[in-house]
Amino acid sequence: MVLDDPAARPAPQARTDAPWRHDVKKEDLKVIGKPIRKVDARSKVSGLTRFADDLTLPRMLHMKLLRSTQAHARIRHLDVSKARALPGVKGVLTGNDLPIPFGILPVSQDEHALCPDKVRFVGDPVVAIAASTEDIAWDACRLVEVDYEPLPTVGSVHEAAATEEPRIHDYGVRGNIHRLENLEFGDLAGGFAASDHVREDTFFFEGNTHLPMEQHATLAFFDRDGKLTVWSSTQTPHYLHKALTRVLHPLPAHHIRVIACPNGGGFGGKSDPFNHEICAAKMTILTGRPVKIALTREEVFWCHRGRHPVLMKARVGVSKTGRIKALDFQSYLDGGAYGSYGTASTFYTGALQTVTYAVENYHFRGVRFFTNKAPCGPKRGHGTPQPRFALEVLLDKIAHDLGLDPAQIRLDNLAPRDSLTANFLRIGSMGLGPCIQKVVEGSSWKTRRGTREKTADGWIRGYGLACSSYLSGAGLPIYWNGMPHSGVQLKVDRSGLVTAFCGSTDIGQGSDSVLGWIIGEVLGIDPLGIRVVTSDTDLTPVDLGSYSSRVTVMTGNAAMQAAERAREIIARGAAEHLGVPPSRLVFADARVFDAEDPQKGVSFADAVIAAESRYGTIGTVGSYTPPKTAAKFRGGGVGPSPSYSYSAAVVEVEVDPATGVYRVPRIWVAHDIGRSLNAAVAMGQIEGGVYMGLGEAMMEEMAYRDRTHKGQRVFVHKIPSLLEYKSPSTLEMPDITTYVVEDPDRNGPFGAKEVGQGPLLPIMPAVANAVFDAVGVRVDEIPVSFEKVFAALEAQKNGKPGRYGPDNVPPVDFGDSLKVKTPWQGGDGTAWNEPKRDKKAAR
Amino acid sequence: MTDPGKVLATFFVNGERHECAFAPHKTLLEVLREDLQLTGTKHGCELGECGACTVQIDGVPVLSCLVVALEAVGKQIRTVEGLADGPTLHPLQETFADLGAAQCGYCTPGVLMTAEALLRRDRCPSRDTIKQCLAGNLCRCTGYLKIFEAVELAAARLRGEPAEPRKETIHGS
Repeated sequence: MVLDDPAARPAPQARTDAPWRHDVKKEDLKVIGKPIRKVDARSKVSGLTRFADDLTLPRMLHMKLLRSTQAHARIRHLDVSKARALPGVKGVLTGNDLPIPFGILPVSQDEHALCPDKVRFVGDPVVAIAASTEDIAWDACRLVEVDYEPLPTVGSVHEAAATEEPRIHDYGVRGNIHRLENLEFGDLAGGFAASDHVREDTFFFEGNTHLPMEQHATLAFFDRDGKLTVWSSTQTPHYLHKALTRVLHPLPAHHIRVIACPNGGGFGGKSDPFNHEICAAKMTILTGRPVKIALTREEVFWCHRGRHPVLMKARVGVSKTGRIKALDFQSYLDGGAYGSYGTASTFYTGALQTVTYAVENYHFRGVRFFTNKAPCGPKRGHGTPQPRFALEVLLDKIAHDLGLDPAQIRLDNLAPRDSLTANFLRIGSMGLGPCIQKVVEGSSWKTRRGTREKTADGWIRGYGLACSSYLSGAGLPIYWNGMPHSGVQLKVDRSGLVTAFCGSTDIGQGSDSVLGWIIGEVLGIDPLGIRVVTSDTDLTPVDLGSYSSRVTVMTGNAAMQAAERAREIIARGAAEHLGVPPSRLVFADARVFDAEDPQKGVSFADAVIAAESRYGTIGTVGSYTPPKTAAKFRGGGVGPSPSYSYSAAVVEVEVDPATGVYRVPRIWVAHDIGRSLNAAVAMGQIEGGVYMGLGEAMMEEMAYRDRTHKGQRVFVHKIPSLLEYKSPSTLEMPDITTYVVEDPDRNGPFGAKEVGQGPLLPIMPAVANAVFDAVGVRVDEIPVSFEKVFAALEAQKNGKPGRYGPDNVPPVDFGDSLKVKTPWQGGDGTAWNEPKRDKKAAR
Repeated sequence: MTDPGKVLATFFVNGERHECAFAPHKTLLEVLREDLQLTGTKHGCELGECGACTVQIDGVPVLSCLVVALEAVGKQIRTVEGLADGPTLHPLQETFADLGAAQCGYCTPGVLMTAEALLRRDRCPSRDTIKQCLAGNLCRCTGYLKIFEAVELAAARLRGEPAEPRKETIHGS
């Protein structure tokens, strides 16, 4: 394939913005914003979408992992001889076979595909066995003899803070502290001194998990030509490719092909390279046969990487009118047994506080501990729902302290559009004000809240409001490099078919369709007629993955650039063919025609032929790199994004004052999406986010049994099943009134911002605030379970404060803070007391 | 000769006859997916908790992970692959596609098989009936609302009404 004429390209570098089209008028768009079917909709409703576990290959072996029964132990002795001897067993792997460690972040390469010497949580894989049938593989696992030497275990942030030795890992800050951050922006003492009212509270957000309907599965085949192919349910094929290249050394990177199958739900849970993926790859190399592993539901709970349990202490100072003068925020993360995305998670518990409301002076301290539980990582909202919960409840309390309307205090504190925050995040479009107004009007907030109206069955109604912001993609890649974050190639065929190649991965959010819609709009063709080839590291240009709500903005911009370049070539050919200047040509309805004489034109396919006849085979590329960040201090790499989305929600609850049981009949939610690329699909993302937020608010928790097993303390997941891990069913789902607010952002394709994660965020604090509005008690802990509401009601009855929540944080020495002058203090984004460091280490 | 560890049986799936040999402890879900290559039916737990594996036996929705395959011998089994009439999608499939009621699509086959059975016995189900009927089918993507609306829209079309989605369903309020 010949690429387009380099001389004709507008600029050699990847696109960093979308200067035209973000403010295009709605009525001028043919595809964008319309409720067009997703490109894969027919397959999905026909059962024809091929998920990883739907794939089989001839002579395929089945692999199982033997997982640790201990929470923390040294492996004294491991004997796999009986397993190896079982008829039907074709391959056995232990830690010795995969000695190279890996991990999603370059700073925490702390995992082994199979534990070589030590296990760190119940569920940590120790042995992999492949056999001709699944049953034989399971039987063989039972024949493995492991002699563990138990080690003391750590099960919470308090225990981790108090346990210097033994360390779960031999890296990190000290003891069992993985990360420790201390960042100060502006003059905190001055901010509090200038405050008329200061309030401090402690909050806890229990961990919860993604619970995708599809369990992880992987199929790997090492062919006779020395090429490895791995099909997997992963959200990040590029990062999996990097991890495989590392652990399978010296197999060259270009001999490894990762194909991400459509994910049956991800929500962040399929973003890490996993043990089973690496073991399947190694096993096929060892046996020369295709190897498949499909995890059981229980194993999915062990893989986890979900929401971190976070203990938080927040102190806010405000003026008489409720303007935020100072915010001091501390977060204590229970990271589980490995690093995973934890470094980023820690920063995210502190990064976005300033993006929703203008915070004049801000101090963030965050610490992540290792504990002997399944590792935590990114789940929808990654590290930001926990602080958002704390801050929104605290703001609600302050509004009540000052006799202000909780909606008004938020409107009065909005972060300004086109501004830099105290921690140097660049805000572009900002539609939170209209979002608040929509949900306030829709819910009749002003007349309904605080009325404590009784329902027919004697329960009490209450209303709670909360807001949030979220990033449209991380500004920096996971590993430091100067290359684009997303690439798209277009092949334009003389039949009129356009094929888009892109490394992005559809996890149900519709990223394949985003490619179709954008290319369809630019080229004036039916998106359902475009073929989309995605997430195959051999065939498609790199896209970093489906995480951090990055795909619509990043692959969208890359797709737009590739489509514009194709349009330009086709326009030149058609212009010559029609005898019309290229600038006068319109691409619409699968035709290319003269704007001044619409009858004068050709079909899109004929226009392609006109261009191909003159310039040869048509192929174009597009890529995208986010704008440079303004934050230059250490840690400033987490938080920057091309744009930020905004959400507001009002939740209605009905609480039984006798028992604490409550229900949620209605929710009003508004989301500033920048521009909706597809009405129906955007609605689905908003409603799905609200649903997941409601689950977190009311019932979901990754809880462990603290048990003694053969004299050893273990942490076994309390509820590793879809029945016992409570998530909302159809019966718990309230009516949702959704408002789509469009405030186009100049960095988004057609002005679009994210929608996949943001709408989840306000739901948890809004539920807690609504319970308070109904019965006057505060549950400063997620989930706001019925028992906690009851406990707070009982405390209130007994003359104690009507509150349920934590009252202390563990003692941690955070050391000296990095001090950064805010933009309004004349700061330049660097920390004035930071020691000089080389550029590479700065990441 | 059949493997002594296996049984030979004939299944009627989507109106077609399939003969296969399989270990007698296998569930219907396993036989459908592994022996008959009908992978449209999904698994989320193998414990009867999520509804992803729902198929119909003699028109009644069942959790195929809890049915021993031998129990289904001689009965009419219907899976998602049998929902469309050739290239023509079932009205439920059309509305699920149009409203985005299938996001990742993993729970969709099970939801469709449950909903189709409902619409055969109740031509005009209320929202509450739909909720009750689908309470055993977990979905983590949609928040269920688009699923309810798609079932209601398909029901209306099956009754012969020229129904279109509500504006708020597609564009919000």
